[in-house]
Amino acid sequence: MKWIATAIFAVVALLLPFFSGDFYVNLASQILIAAVFALSLNLLVGFGGMTSLGHASYLGVAAYIAALLTTRYGFDHGTAALISIAGTVVMAAFFGVIALRATGLGFLMITLALSQVLWGLAYRMSNVTNGDNGITGITRPAPFGLSLDTPAAFYWFCLIVTVFAFVMMVIFISSSFGSSLKGVRDQPRRMAALGFNPWMIRWITFIYAGFWGGVAGLLYVYYNKYIHPTSLSITSSAESLLGVIAGGSGTLAGPAVGAALVLLLKNYASAYIERWNMLLGLVFLFIVLVMPTGIVPGWHKLMARIRGRAS
Amino acid sequence: MQFWIIQGLNSLSLGGLLFLLSSGFSLIFGLMRLANLTHGAFFMLGTYLGAVVLRDFSGLNIWVTALGAGIVVAAFGGLFERLVLTRLKTNPLGQVLVTLGMAFIISDACLVLWGGDSIPVPTPRSLQAPTRIFGFVFPTYRLVLVGVAVVAAVALYVLMDRTRLGAMIRAGVDDRQMARAVGIPVSRLFTIVFCLGAGLAGAAGVLGGPILSAYPGLDADMLPLALIVVILGGIGSLFGAFIGSFIIGFIYTFGTTLFPELAYIILFLPMIFVIAFRPQGLFGRVGA
Repeated sequence: MKWIATAIFAVVALLLPFFSGDFYVNLASQILIAAVFALSLNLLVGFGGMTSLGHASYLGVAAYIAALLTTRYGFDHGTAALISIAGTVVMAAFFGVIALRATGLGFLMITLALSQVLWGLAYRMSNVTNGDNGITGITRPAPFGLSLDTPAAFYWFCLIVTVFAFVMMVIFISSSFGSSLKGVRDQPRRMAALGFNPWMIRWITFIYAGFWGGVAGLLYVYYNKYIHPTSLSITSSAESLLGVIAGGSGTLAGPAVGAALVLLLKNYASAYIERWNMLLGLVFLFIVLVMPTGIVPGWHKLMARIRGRAS
Repeated sequence: MQFWIIQGLNSLSLGGLLFLLSSGFSLIFGLMRLANLTHGAFFMLGTYLGAVVLRDFSGLNIWVTALGAGIVVAAFGGLFERLVLTRLKTNPLGQVLVTLGMAFIISDACLVLWGGDSIPVPTPRSLQAPTRIFGFVFPTYRLVLVGVAVVAAVALYVLMDRTRLGAMIRAGVDDRQMARAVGIPVSRLFTIVFCLGAGLAGAAGVLGGPILSAYPGLDADMLPLALIVVILGGIGSLFGAFIGSFIIGFIYTFGTTLFPELAYIILFLPMIFVIAFRPQGLFGRVGA
């Protein structure tokens, strides 16, 4: 049953551009980007027990570096992408050293403060970032000479990257390193007593999550062809965290589902009302109070209950 | 010379505001182990209430307005704590997320109610004339503001160190379980401290109005400052919040005037330094 459902889902995902209009193809691309981003955040939140409120930093910084290098300094896309990912990883390594001095709420506050600092920089350092006007005129890359300018081509590009990212993160989590990460999340003292180095395990995970956050940032800037300081804002971090928690942190696919839901909600809601932030806040209250474990675990629980009743 | 003295005074007055804001944040965190991300929004709510009230009832005194706004925000905070936060006692992460959601709701509600243009808060007429001391000219309001912050600090110190309530709060900060065991009503203390913190933030918002004016995004500007103050000074420590506020007040003011584009990076250096060498903060009582 599960395999059939997965196969149908895969076929639909692959063939989507053939039977739906550009609007939905673009929406699907955005969902894929949000999914990569949420999955990377979930490495920290769900598997590492490190709730970060500053994950937008990695998305935003990767996007800004790529945008600046290609539009202002004439770099080609390949080099710009490599430099921006490398820069994001270095930044994650540095931020990790600072933020991982604390755990729990201290970690959350430090990541939030760091990301607010970057947001402020993006706004105020306007000779570099162009401030509130953002950076325009970004083009999409053309890997192997294939143009990504049509919605369908870009969608398939996102799909390939997303599947690759998903597989890489699943490998990361199911490796022995992933097991030690979960060990550190649940019992840091015991893990330390067993000879593991909890700090190093958290730090490596932090950097790895930053790397995939950067990849999401590249996709994001290629999709929008535009970057604005709001991408670094707390709203952006909070949206993805909401996706992770709504979908079920610590599950493999949950955050992708949650991210898709948040994005759809945002898209549909913004067609009717202007107050996205207020709605986001209300959804936060609702999810935390009513469905604290998230949608995917909640669904499993529901299915198990139905099955239990049937047998 | 005039430049340095004026900026010094500006730093002190910003530090005073930050103290009013972050002392509540620090107490709430220390007692409830709750990073209250609504705190910046409480401050902004106070500023907007003050701006609107002083605009529509021009005869009103700013101190009375600050007191009133403080009470309104405190009542709101108390309701939020009673109705929402207590339901999430066993879920500290959920509490943080709910405070974040509430912050979004408040800041968006301010935008709906009072629009996107900034609303100035007039400096009280009696304090508009500059004060001259040793031939230097000072804006009187800022001098008074520093005085208010010092008075508030002393009052908080007396409350925390000399009263029964303060002793109970300190006991709760140091060891919540033990405090419960000896019969201290810790969950009522939670509400009291949350109201107190929210009220201080709301009143600080009104008093900060003449300097900052009410504008959308004020909450997002103030919250990181409060976070940095508390990380710097140490969680749960009133004295740490006091020292941290003035350090950040100076760094932020001189940073924004001397190197406007790099102010945020300069702001963040002392934080890195403290976290690297003293993760619990300068005067921290509890590890984060």
